[in-house]
Amino acid sequence: MTTALIAQKLDARGLNCPMPIVKTAIAIKSLTAGDLLEVLATDPGAVKDFAAWSKSTGNEVVEQSADQGVYRFVIRRK
Amino acid sequence: MTVTLEREAPVGAPVAPATPLPTPEPEPEHAPAAQLHDILIISYSGELEKVWATMLLASTAGAMGIKCKVFVTFWGLQAFVKDTKRITGQNWMQKMLSIMQRPGISHRKLSKMNFFGMGPWMIGRLARQYKDASPKELLEIAQSMGVEFIPCQMTMELYGLTRDDLIEGMGEPVGAATVIGLMNDGWSPLFI
Repeated sequence: MTTALIAQKLDARGLNCPMPIVKTAIAIKSLTAGDLLEVLATDPGAVKDFAAWSKSTGNEVVEQSADQGVYRFVIRRK
Repeated sequence: MTVTLEREAPVGAPVAPATPLPTPEPEPEHAPAAQLHDILIISYSGELEKVWATMLLASTAGAMGIKCKVFVTFWGLQAFVKDTKRITGQNWMQKMLSIMQRPGISHRKLSKMNFFGMGPWMIGRLARQYKDASPKELLEIAQSMGVEFIPCQMTMELYGLTRDDLIEGMGEPVGAATVIGLMNDGWSPLFI
């Protein structure tokens, strides 16, 4: 379980495109390289959007799960 | 007739080692970031839905760490006049135009279903209900993420706009040659 290592959590539930990505981009800036950020989102487009965001920024999605319409992403800052 | 049979080791013979599966290329610890292309949005239209699309894409480009410039021209420039400005322009025609359509990002009209402002009002209410960010919020986010908004010099003169009429943080006014130059430098253009 990576929960213990998560440096920051971001609740983007209820927010629509592109706000989960935008808020994640803002939040990740406050972390240091290697730190983990946990993001919760309900936007169904988020799964593909986070993959695209990860590809362009190089911040890695290390964990991703879905539970009753809530998507959870754990992202490691580059 | 030839029948291919599975090779069977004779009883008592040493069991042949199983052919190992080809090992996949190990994933690098940190996958290198994709090659990023710079994006140039030409914001030409001033209608609510198109300004919204511009702001949405610009803020997303900023969030994705992609270099993005927005060249703001013609009707599009109306969205970049400060919301507080009511009448703009130097001569009576320019002033008249600003009275006929109020400038500012919060006063955009829809191209369809405007119905004297009822359409934009309903869209705005729905957007708040569904927690969509407004064009104004997205504009501020895009600016904070390094997206550069560049006004068109010719349009500024046409409308009689001064730098003081426009929102804070805009780039130096430029012309078409700068836009063509950027495209020639490989910026991917998007006309909205």
